[in-house]
Amino acid sequence: MIDPGEAIMVRQLKPKLPHHYTKYSYVYAAYQEGLKQMKNHLSKARMSEWFWGWLLIAPTTIGLIILNIIPAIQTFYLSFFKSGDFGRGNIFVGLENYKKLVHDPQVWGAVRNTLLYTLLVVPIGVFISAVLAVLLNRNLKGQGIYRSIYYIPVVSTPAAVTMVWRWLYNYHYGLINYILKQLGLNPVNWIDDPKVALISIAIVSIWSSIGYNMVLILAGLQEIPKVYYEASNIDGANAVTQFFRIILPMISPTLFFVVTTSVIQCMQVFDVVYMMIDVARPSYDRTVSLVYLFYNNSFKYLNKGYGSAIVMLLLLVISIITVIQVKLQKKWVNYTS
Amino acid sequence: MATRNKIYRVLIHILLIIGSFAMIMPFVWMLLTSFKTASEATSMNPFIFFPPKWRIENYIDVIRQNNFLRLYYNTFSMIFWCVVCAVTFSSMAGYAFARLSFPGRNFCFGIVLFQMMIPTQVFIIPQYLMVDKLGARNTIFALVFPGLVSAFGTFLLRQFFKGIPVELEQAARIDGCNIGQTFVLVMLPLVRSGLVALSIFTALFAFKNLMWPLIVNSSTDYATLASALAKIQSAYSVKYNILMAASVLAIWPVILIYFIFQKQFMQSVATSGLTM
Repeated sequence: MIDPGEAIMVRQLKPKLPHHYTKYSYVYAAYQEGLKQMKNHLSKARMSEWFWGWLLIAPTTIGLIILNIIPAIQTFYLSFFKSGDFGRGNIFVGLENYKKLVHDPQVWGAVRNTLLYTLLVVPIGVFISAVLAVLLNRNLKGQGIYRSIYYIPVVSTPAAVTMVWRWLYNYHYGLINYILKQLGLNPVNWIDDPKVALISIAIVSIWSSIGYNMVLILAGLQEIPKVYYEASNIDGANAVTQFFRIILPMISPTLFFVVTTSVIQCMQVFDVVYMMIDVARPSYDRTVSLVYLFYNNSFKYLNKGYGSAIVMLLLLVISIITVIQVKLQKKWVNYTS
Repeated sequence: MATRNKIYRVLIHILLIIGSFAMIMPFVWMLLTSFKTASEATSMNPFIFFPPKWRIENYIDVIRQNNFLRLYYNTFSMIFWCVVCAVTFSSMAGYAFARLSFPGRNFCFGIVLFQMMIPTQVFIIPQYLMVDKLGARNTIFALVFPGLVSAFGTFLLRQFFKGIPVELEQAARIDGCNIGQTFVLVMLPLVRSGLVALSIFTALFAFKNLMWPLIVNSSTDYATLASALAKIQSAYSVKYNILMAASVLAIWPVILIYFIFQKQFMQSVATSGLTM
C-alpha cells in the first residue's frame, strides 16, 4: 500500500524513469498503484460534491423548468393560437394575433399609457426618495421615526391603499376636492377625467414606493466613508459640491439599481390601475396598462391566444428598455471597486 | 454659522413633517371614515372630519357579509407556505451555486437568471392552465403554486453564501462534516440575515399580490385579503365607509407585524440593494 503523498513523489519521478523499466519492475508497479489510489480518492470526493450539488439544486431547477421555462415556451406557442369557444380547442391562426395586435388601437394606447406612467413615476419617485434620503442621512433627530413613517405604504397591500385613494379622489365627497374648494380652487375629476386619471394613478404609485426607494438609497449613502466628507471639508467644498462630486458618484450604482427595478415594476403595473379604473369608466382607454389589458383579454374575455401575444409585446418592450438602460449605464454609473 | 445650521435643521424637519403627514393622512382618513355612517362620510356642508360617534357597525356589517377569519386563514397559510418553500429550496440551491462545482452548474444558474429577467406575466397563463388541469383551482395550493421555488431567493442567498469566508467551510470539512452537514450546521446559521430578508420579501410579495389569487381562486372561500378587497369594492361600489372598514381589516395585521419587526424590514431592503 502506498499513501497518496508517496504516490505524488513517485509520479514526479516519472520523467526520470528510464524507458527500459518494464511493466514488471517494482517502481513502475508502485507508481501505478499510487496513481490508482489517488484517482479513487479524488473521484470519490468529486463525486460526492457532484452528488450534493445536484441534490441541492434539484428542487429549484426542476421547479423553475416546470413553472417558468416550459410556461415561457408555451406562452410563445399559445400566441399563435386562438382560443376556441367554451375555452376548449385551440385553433392555429399563425400570425393572426400579432396582425390584430398591430392594428389594435387599444394595444398601442396601452403601450403609450404604460410608458407615460413609467416616465411620470420613475423620475419623480426616485428624485423625491433621493432628496429624502439625503436629508435623513444628516444624523437628524428622529431619523428612525421618519423612516418608519415613510415606509408604511410599502407594507400595505395596493388593493387597500388604492381604495383609500379612490375615496380621497372622489369628485363629490373626496377630501382632496374639499381642500381644493376651501382654497378657492376648482375641483378636479381625478378618476373620470381621461386627461387626469393617469396622473392620479401615478401619484398613488409614487406615494407607495417612496419609502422603499428611500431606504435603498439611504443604505447606499451610509456606505460612503466619512473620510471623503472630511477630506472635502478640508479642501473647502460646500454642501452642493459635496453632493455632486462625492454623494452622486458614490451612490450611482444604488441609483442605477433603484431606477432599473422601478422601471421594470412600472412597466408591469396592474394593481393600482385595476382597483382604480373599471373597464366601464370613461378614462379606461387613457389609463389601461399593458398588463391590465393582458389580464382582461386572457381571463375576462378568455382569449388566451391574444393575451399571450400582448404579453409577448410586453416582453419585447421591457427588453428594449433594459438594453437601453444597460447601454446608458456606462455613461453615468461609477463602479469604484 | 451655528444659527444658520440650526435654521437649516428646522427647515428640514418642517419638510419631513409635511412629508410624513402626506404619508399617514390616507391611513388616518381610512380609519376615520370606517367609523362614520354613510351620511356622515358624504356630508359636505358641514364637512365632517371626526366621526361624531365612533361606530363599529361598518365592521360588523363587512365581517358578516365576508368571512374575514377565512380570509386571514387563507392569506396567512399562503404566506407561510410561500416562505417555507422559498427559504428551504433557495438556500439549498443558493449554497450549491455559490460553493460547489459540478457539471451543469452554469447552465442551471442560467435558468435562474432567465426567470429573473422575464416579466412574471409571461408565465401566468400556462401556470393557470396547469393548476386547472390538476383540478387544484380554489385551494391554498393554487395560491402557493407559482411561489414553490424562487429564482430571486436563490440569487439573493447565493450572494450571501459567497460573502462567507471559505476557511470556515474548510474547517468544518476537515473536522469531518460532509457537504450536507457543512451546509446545514455551519453555513445556514451564518446567512441568517439573508434568510430573514428573503422571508420578509416573500411574505410581503405574497401578501400584496393581487392578480394571481384573482385568477386562480375565484371562490370567495379561497380568496386572499387582497383579492377579496377587489370583490368587496365591486360589491359595495360607493359605500366608502364600509369599504374603508374592509381596508382597515385587510391591512392591520401586516402593519402591526411591520411595527414589531421594523429593524428587520429596513435591513432586508438595504441588504437586497447592496448585494444585487
